Amino acid sequence: MSKIIETNLINNVVVIKTEGYLNNDLGEEIEKITKKYIETGNKVFLINLKDSKIVNSIGASILIEIIEQLQDIDGELVLCELAPIIEKTFKIMGLTKYCSVYGTQDEAIKGLA
Amino acid sequence: MKKNPSVELKLPVLKNMELVATNTSEVVSKHMDLSEEKSAEISMALIEACINAFEHSETKEDIYIHFIISDENLTIKVIDKGVGFDSSAIKLPNIEDKVGTQERKRGWGLMLIKELMDSVDFESDHTGTTLTMVKKKTDNE
Repeated sequence: MSKIIETNLINNVVVIKTEGYLNNDLGEEIEKITKKYIETGNKVFLINLKDSKIVNSIGASILIEIIEQLQDIDGELVLCELAPIIEKTFKIMGLTKYCSVYGTQDEAIKGLA
Repeated sequence: MKKNPSVELKLPVLKNMELVATNTSEVVSKHMDLSEEKSAEISMALIEACINAFEHSETKEDIYIHFIISDENLTIKVIDKGVGFDSSAIKLPNIEDKVGTQERKRGWGLMLIKELMDSVDFESDHTGTTLTMVKKKTDNE
């Protein structure tokens, strides 16, 4: 129903691409993979939500936990390809104060270079 | 007087059942000719209302959702038979209080519902809660 469909390292950015409902389960999957990459020294993470058109606040809350973990290592979380309602939800929560949002993955990678 | 048409759902407290509610709200929104933006806002608010009913009502009993269609707006009632709550006692969250602190990261549901819908009201006591939320069909009504 919802899963991580791709994880790539592009220009020192860990790109995590998801599919489906960003709920508790998918949020925890993202957190797990983020921790794994942090342990190997990575600090910059891009989550591509192109194929996740729906979110709940529990999934979004897990992103706050990831932001905290990255703050501890001077890292950064970036998001791209958000459906308008997801972007609006993250704005209402104030999440976008703590992570940049890009229209496309290419723009995000360029912006992080 | 003409009775407003309504759609009624009964949801068991099972994982991801909120998506059954959003599927229905999308059909109702389309029927009412609501914009995609409004339809998405309704779905998001409904997800949060269902999660609140599933998690915070502390009930294993089914949740009832009524969609009431009128010419001017869509009214959605989310009804649970749980323990009830005092909405005035709930502090709306602030992300600055959550990032880098020991504060629980969750607790956004009510705030999101209030921001995404045109009006929100609660009736709650120890026998359950009815959340009523309204989306106007057009912004100038």
